[in-house]
Parts: sequence; C-alpha cells; structure tokens
Amino acid sequence: MHPILKVVIQRLALGLLLLLAASVLIFIGTQILPGDVAQAILGQGATEQALTNMRAEMGLDRPAYIRYFEWLYNALHGDLGVALSNGRDIADSIGQRMGNTLFLASVAAVISVPLAILLGLVAVRYRDRWPDRLISAITLTTISLPEFLLGYVLMYIFAVKLGWFPSVSNINSSMSFWQKLNAVALPAMVLTLVVLAHMMRMTRAAILNVMQSAYIETAELKGLRRLTLIARHAMPNAIAPIVNVVMINLAYLVVGVVVIEVVFVYPGMGQYLVDHVSKRDVPVVQACGLIFATIYIGLNLTADIVSILSNPRLRHPK
Amino acid sequence: MKGIPLSALLGLFITGLYFLAAIFAPWIAPYGMSQIVGDVWEPASSQFWLGTDNLGRDLLTRMIYGGQTTIFVATMATAVSFTLGSILGFTAAVYGGVTDQVMSRLNDLVMSIPTLIFALVVLSVMPVTLPVLILVMGLLDSTRVFRLSRAVAVDINVMDFVEAARLRGEGQRWVIFREILPNALSPLVAELGLRFIFAILFISTLSFLGLGIQPPSADWGGIVKENREGIVYGIPAALIPAIAIVTLSISVNLVADWALNRTTSLKGGRGG
Amino acid sequence: MADTLLEIKNLRIEATVYAPGEKPRNAVIVDDVSLALERGKVMGLIGESGAGKSTIGLAALAYGRGGIRLSGGEIVLNGRQIRGAGAGTLRSLRGREVTYVAQSAAAAFNPAKRLMEQVIEATLHHGLMSQSEAEARAVDLFRTLSLPDPESFGRRYPHQVSGGQLQRAMTAMALCPKPDLVIFDEPTTALDVTTQIDVLAAIKTAIAETGVAALYITHDLAVVAQVSDEIMVLRQGKMVEHGTVQQIIEAPREDYTKALISVRSIDHKEKLPSPAPLLTVQNVSARYGLIGKDVLSDVSVEVHPGQTLALVGESGSGKSTMARVITGLLPPRKGEILFEGKALPPALKNRSREELRELQMIYQMADVAMNPRQTVAAIIGRPLEFYFGLRGKARDQRVQELLDAIELGKGFGDRYPAELSGGQKQRVCIARALAAKPKLIICDEVTSALDPLVADGILKLLLDLQKREGVAYLFITHDIATVRAIADSIAVMYQGRVQRYGPKSDVLAPPFDDYTDLLLSSVPEMKLGWLEHVIETRKMTSAGN
Repeated sequence: MHPILKVVIQRLALGLLLLLAASVLIFIGTQILPGDVAQAILGQGATEQALTNMRAEMGLDRPAYIRYFEWLYNALHGDLGVALSNGRDIADSIGQRMGNTLFLASVAAVISVPLAILLGLVAVRYRDRWPDRLISAITLTTISLPEFLLGYVLMYIFAVKLGWFPSVSNINSSMSFWQKLNAVALPAMVLTLVVLAHMMRMTRAAILNVMQSAYIETAELKGLRRLTLIARHAMPNAIAPIVNVVMINLAYLVVGVVVIEVVFVYPGMGQYLVDHVSKRDVPVVQACGLIFATIYIGLNLTADIVSILSNPRLRHPK
Repeated sequence: MKGIPLSALLGLFITGLYFLAAIFAPWIAPYGMSQIVGDVWEPASSQFWLGTDNLGRDLLTRMIYGGQTTIFVATMATAVSFTLGSILGFTAAVYGGVTDQVMSRLNDLVMSIPTLIFALVVLSVMPVTLPVLILVMGLLDSTRVFRLSRAVAVDINVMDFVEAARLRGEGQRWVIFREILPNALSPLVAELGLRFIFAILFISTLSFLGLGIQPPSADWGGIVKENREGIVYGIPAALIPAIAIVTLSISVNLVADWALNRTTSLKGGRGG
Repeated sequence: MADTLLEIKNLRIEATVYAPGEKPRNAVIVDDVSLALERGKVMGLIGESGAGKSTIGLAALAYGRGGIRLSGGEIVLNGRQIRGAGAGTLRSLRGREVTYVAQSAAAAFNPAKRLMEQVIEATLHHGLMSQSEAEARAVDLFRTLSLPDPESFGRRYPHQVSGGQLQRAMTAMALCPKPDLVIFDEPTTALDVTTQIDVLAAIKTAIAETGVAALYITHDLAVVAQVSDEIMVLRQGKMVEHGTVQQIIEAPREDYTKALISVRSIDHKEKLPSPAPLLTVQNVSARYGLIGKDVLSDVSVEVHPGQTLALVGESGSGKSTMARVITGLLPPRKGEILFEGKALPPALKNRSREELRELQMIYQMADVAMNPRQTVAAIIGRPLEFYFGLRGKARDQRVQELLDAIELGKGFGDRYPAELSGGQKQRVCIARALAAKPKLIICDEVTSALDPLVADGILKLLLDLQKREGVAYLFITHDIATVRAIADSIAVMYQGRVQRYGPKSDVLAPPFDDYTDLLLSSVPEMKLGWLEHVIETRKMTSAGN
C-alpha cells in the first residue's frame, strides 16, 4: 500500500474516533451535569414524586451509558427521537431546515471563498501599501463585531434605508431559485463578511509565508517574472495552506449560521436549535449539536487530508 | 512610556475609558438602570444623549450599565480561561510524555465541537445565572489558551537554557516560573487581549439569543435584543452597542498587537 | 581591459535596521568596495560574519535582500551598468548572465517540484536551449559533478537526495544556462567535512570544465584557497586586502589577514594520563525511545583529571548523544558511567546536587543557552546561590571574580544576553559553568558557531582556565583543527562507535584506519593544490554521499 494511503486512512479512522468521542461529550453535556432534563421541564417547584415519575417515563432512571448507546444506535439509523416540546419527530423537522441552512451556507461560501483568496493575493501583491492597509482595516472592523450586530447594521442600511432586500428572510419550497437567492441575500452577505475577514487574513499570511521561502528567492534570481514565479513556485506550495484556511472558515461559517438565522428569522437548523435551547428540549438540542459537530469535524478532517495529500514528502517517499 | 507606539497608546486610552465607565457606572449614568424616563424610542436629544429604548428607558444609562455587565462577565470569563488554560498548558509542556498526550487529546476533543454549539448544549440543561455563564464561557475558552500556552511553553522548554537549569538540578517550579514564564509572557498577554474580545463577543451573542444575561439586567447583547424590532421602523437604537463593541475590541486589539510585536522584536532577528 | 566581466567601483550598500525598542536607523553594510573580475577567473571573497561578503555577491545580480539598498557606486557587468537598471534588464541578466548558488540548497529548492524541472528552468525561461538540449546538458553536469545515476537523478524530488547531492544539484542549476558568472555563497559551509571535500572537488571540476567566472564567498580561508585565483579579504563592509591566492596565504600584508591565517595555531602539549581517571564511560549503549537502532553502541572512554578528551565525529556519529548520556538526560540502555570510580545514577533525577555540581556543560549556541530575561549577573549568580548558598555581597563579589576570569571585567553584570556579542555570550556560559567549581565540563561544539578569531580566543581562555583551575574537559567537536589545539586524548566516533581512541599523538599519527584517514585528510589545509592531492590519495569516500 502506498504510504500516503496509509496516512489518510489513519487520519480518517482518527476522525471517526473523534466524532464518537464528541457524541459522548454532547451526551454527557446534557445528561450528567447537575441540571436534569426532568427538572428542566418541570421547573424548580416540582415535587419529588412528579420528578421521579417524569424520569421513569423518559427512561432517565436507567444507567447513562445504556441510554447513550440507545441514543447513538438510533441516531445512526436516522431516528433522532421526538421533540419534548411538541412531540414531533425530530428527523422530519430537521430535514427541511437542514436544506435551508445548507443553501444559505453554500451561497455565502460561493461568494466568500474566491473573494477571500483574491483579496488575500491583492494584499500580498501590495503588501504594506494602501490596498493592503485598507483591506486590513476593514477586515479588522468586521472581525471586531459579533455576527448578529453586523446583521442588524446591514439590515438597517440595505433593507430599511435603501430597501434593496427584505429584512426577514422567508423561504419555502414553492419559491424559485432566484426568489430564494433574493431572500437570503442579506444573511449571505453578513456571513460572507464575517468569514471573509478571517479567510483573507489567513490566506494573506499563508501566501506571505510561502513567498518568504528561500526557493522563491532562487526563482527570482533566475530572472522569472513576478506572475510566473507566483504561479509556478508559490502556488503549488500555497494551495495546501489555503485549502486548510478555506475549510477552517467553512467550519466557522456553519456555526455563524446559527446566529444569523435568528437575526433574519430564517427557517433553518440554527433557529430550530436556539428555539429549543430556550424550551430546554434536550433531544432536539442533542440532535442538532451532533449534526453541527459532525459537519465541523468533517470539514476540519478534509483540511487535514488535503494537506497530507499535497505534501511532496508523503506523496513521493524516499 | 517611552517607545509605545501611538496606536497602542490610543488603544490603552479607550480601553481604560470603558473600564472606568464600567466601574463607576452608578455615578456616571444620568438615570436609573430600569427607570422609565420618556417615550418609547425617542430620538437623541440634549436630555437623552442616545435617545430612549423600547420601554422608554434612557439608552445611554442602559449602555453604561450594560457595559458594566458585559465587561464584568467577559473579564471574569477571561480570568477563568486564562488561569486554567495557561496552568494546564504549562503543566502539559513541562511534564511531557503521557501527561501531555492525555491532556492534549482531551483538549482536542473539546475543541472539536464548536464553542457556541457546545455552550448551547450545556445551557439547555443548566440554569442561566451569572456564575454558570462565566464558568461555561471560561471553561470552553480555556481550550484555546491551553493550546497556545502549551505551544509556547514547548518551544521554550526545548531551549538549552531550560536544559541548563535542569542539569543544575532545579525543580519544576523554578523551571516553570523563572525560566519559562518570563519568556512566555508577551505572547500570553497578547492572547489575553484576544480572549477578552472573544469573551465580549460571545457573551453578547448569548444574550442576544436570550441565553445570556437575563432581563431586567442590561448588557450590550441584551440591548440589541430588546431594540431589534425598532430596526424595521428605521430606529437605530439596536445598533448603538455595535459602536461600543467595535471601539472596545479594536482598542484591545491595538494593545494586543503591540504586545505581540514586542515579543518578536525581543527575540531578535525577525524583520531586523 | 577587454576581458573584464564584472567591475565593481566604490560600491556602497545600506540597509534599514529595526533594532528592538529603537527607531529604525540606517546602517552601512558595505562601504567603498571595488573589484574587477576577468572572464573565466575565480575570486574568493572572505571574511567573518558581518563582513558584507554575501551582500556583495548578491549585488553582482543587482539584488538586495530585505531592506538592503545598493546606494552608491557602480556595478558594471559585461560592459553595462546594472545598479539601478530597470526590472526588465535585471530579469534578462539574472539566470542567464549571472547565477547563484546558495548556502542552504535544501531551502533553495522548491519542495514540490522535481530537480530536473528546477535545474533547467532558467535555461528554458531565457530561451537558451530546447527542452531536450537543456536536459542533456543537465545530465552532463550531473555527471561532471559526480552525482549518482546522472540519467535519472533529475527525476527525484529535493527531499529524496542528500544534502551534499542537493548542493551539487544547485551547482548544476547555476551552470546549466552557461552563464558568464556564478556566485557561490558559502556552498559547503552547512556540510560535514568529509562531504564538503567531494562537493568542493566537484565544484572545482565544473568551474574548470565550463570556463565560467565565479565569486566564491566563504569564511574559510583554507577552502577558498583551493578554488580561487585571487582573494579579497573583507571586514565590516570594507576591503582589507586583495591579492593572488599565493600572495594572501604566503605573504599577507595586513595584520587582520595574518590573524586569519595563523588561526588555530595554538601550541598545546599533551599531558600524560594519570592512574585514576575522573570519568569512565564503560561499554555504554544508548538509543532514543524503546525501539529502533542504538545511537551509541558499546562505547568506552576515559577522561583524566585536569585533561581534555576530544570526541570527534561528523553529524550522526553519536557524539552529542554521549553528552546526553553522561549528563543523565538519556539514561543508557547498557553500561555504566563512573565518576571518580563511583557509579553515577543513570538518570538525572536520581543524581545528588553534589554530583550535578561536579559536572557542568557548555553549549554550542550560547544565545539560546542563556535565559534572555536574566541579566549576566543573575545567570552567573544562580549556581553560586544554588550550590553554595552564596547571597548578597558575597555572591556579587564572586560574580565579579568570575567575570574577571573570563576577561569581561566590570559593567557586564547588568547587561542582558541580547546586548552581548557571540564571543561574550560564550564567555558568560563558561563563567556560569565555572561558578559551580566543577571537576569536569562538557563542551558541546562550543566554538562551531563562532567566527575563527573569536573561537580562537575562547579556546585560549579554556586552556588557560584548565591550567589555573585544574578542570577537565570533554570536548565534543567536528573540527580537527580545534582538536589539535586543545586535546590531550582523542576518541574518533563513527556511526555510534569509537573508531579510534588514545593519546593525541597516537591518534593523529599513522597508520590510520580508513575512516580516520578520510576525516583527517578532509580538513582543508591552507596549501595550494591540497584538494587535488587528497582526492588522489584517500582510501575511502564519505558515507554522506
């Protein structure tokens, strides 16, 4: 077996293990902490008898590890249980919302990834001159604002004052693609701005790191043009770090979605999660937490594998 | 004060201003925190410098008290994350071997779940009180501090001067506090600034989602939540916390940048 | 002169220096340097660090690293002024008329591309040959440079070949476009001594066969004497002396040049071993981790009181591992360490304070061996406090005595390591070791990072201290000249074993085993024709190739 394949398989196995451990952590987070689901539902004033009944009814009297394996087994078979608050099947409720969330995240990703790389290149090209400083100042500002506030600022300007986009992002399956796009314009813009800053700064750093290598000087002393030099010598070595940056930021974007959905009342997973946290609806929170963690770990894993695949030392062993 | 760049001085000045306003809130605020003093969403005037909020309370007063809560919670959470993260990080680096492996893998595990999601999961069963918020934020964020302080300490730990101290027969305490800590201080101070900003953003986000500071207490995220309806009618009351958060975090950032630059220049060589 | 290739007149080079805590200031790197190089000739530029030799070399390509500015004078290449020439002109001459060989070929090759592609890149870029012609020329050059499998060598990636091979590949890359001038910037400095000689010979052959002119930059006068026609000695950005190789070596005019040539000529009489050794290393084997190969196998040596044992070897010979085993950082797998006849506990943590005190260590890199946040007085004072409980005035007084002993005098106690020069730093480290009143000091390559004249000073100081304090040294080094200067007995190490061991006069006298012969003969000597002589007469070639 090619050694690189071995490394990739090892990394995948490690990722699965991490995911498993994360699911334990999420389960522990909701089950074993001093707070208790029965208590959370019935409130502080509940009698001891009522609590015992409630716990028995929910199966909380059985050992935690048995409940964990049951939960995991069911989740792996697509059964996420029913919501405590309204008795609906969680998998059904999530299905539609997940699609909406992914749509929003993809729109933001499609805009932000190329833009961030482009701006990163511009910042490197004009390093320490005004375009670099301008980009740096703007991104510093957007990093310093929490996502939800950036959302309201844009809403105030573009929806209320200018009236270009709707301030509430209603979306349903009967809408056409363009109508949907118009609906998510503002939230997508906010998400883009949020990840753009991080992504562009990290891209800039990654490219600068490569540009400071001795082999770039070697290429320069061969009389290569700046563009040839970047394309032929900098890019092959910068791709891995850039893909890494992109993946880390996509993971970040998936989390940013949660808050933005609340701001724009967008019917996605994030809003669903936040709603049910306030209602203390533990099964829903667990299910959503698991899904978000899976996406997050998956993207980070992809980043790792890309950097393994692009490492010449591993690709062409001695 | 010699040699501090203008940007860092400005950052220090504004940061100081915010902290002073937070400490002396009851004396500075023109009205009571929950006192209804006017109409709903009055525009800015000489009476109400920033206008009034959704219930007719003075917005400037709310902002000052809100700043107090936000800065207090963020400071405490940063203190928790920093103490815990740096002590554990140093321990892992200095002891190495199995200790380091176990601690680092556990840390990776906690970091593999996004902070906000983890916080939401935990807050769905825990009572939302100030100590709980501070602890949850501090514990989750300590993973970042752990990672940095471990990395910094590992770098220093392999230097010959640390080995020289060990060969002399010095104990772990001397090694950590006399050899490693003085050299790790600058990056840690810079990180302190970044963690503080993150804590401000995080508590504001939680409050905005209704899972942070509970009414009637004021905090910057909560003020946004209370006044968000106004946006649609063109009332920018909800945006005022944005200005406060941005100026504070940029100021802290400027100070942190300076602390970090000082480190690299002290190591000598880089850029020189 | 018709055949002048490169003419530099009154060159001045400046740079902006960003010192910590200060305003950026302007520094003159090179001042009023002039030289003329004829076609096909090789000129050696020699000097210690900070002499500006690399900067001058790059100036021949009208290139300045970082914030370096070519601020005055003329650089005339092939009859035209290139200082301040436009970007297009510079691009057309770089990689065609002038090429560059860097000190670290490992960093100078793009890790993501095959060697052949990089070797012929400049040739193709300037349209000098077709792809197949360029490849054929590269293969020829690989052969000239005696690289293994010249036909397929170019298909490898940089990380797949050794450091010595990479350095030769870089030479091939520089020669491929048939340039008029090649700048060699310390091309053999990072290599082991036995590898250096092969690379040096390969470079010399290649220069002779292609008839190219070269600027050869190095700090090692003996190396430059082998490849150059003439030599220019530089110091702190200024020219000291310029002449033919023969004149510079045999009849130097300036004191500075004389000092450079007479370096390492310390006369040291070897002492006879005493009946009772101070340190005995007995059949020691050691490895890192539980599995894997032994880095040391069955090593036995002795150090006698007040004497110096030199451990000589190249990288990977296990000589630094010896230091780790003796100090207890790496407990041996087999064997014992005896100190004054008593077995030392194998692990550092089980040794008593007294055992630790008697055995001190000095490191190669003095700047990382001292805590940058402690003053010199604190650094030297700590062992006094730790081992002898000295405090206050008594401590200060002893610190001053130690500072005097290392010839630093008053006023140094309050300084931080960053405020000291390389030689001063190493002196402070010596004082720190002496403060413990040890019986044995392990010196791990203590002079390798220093310029020759400074290193000489340190060696003299160490010998002097040995005379006065009666301290023994275990001197780890790769440099035979240092060994000759300081050792009483020698252990030659090769691949984790002691290859040859005994009193200095025996070890350095024939008959030699093959490795010792190779090692001794590879050390460049300041003699014309030495390189050719060695290549013809040696018995074995380096494993590093």
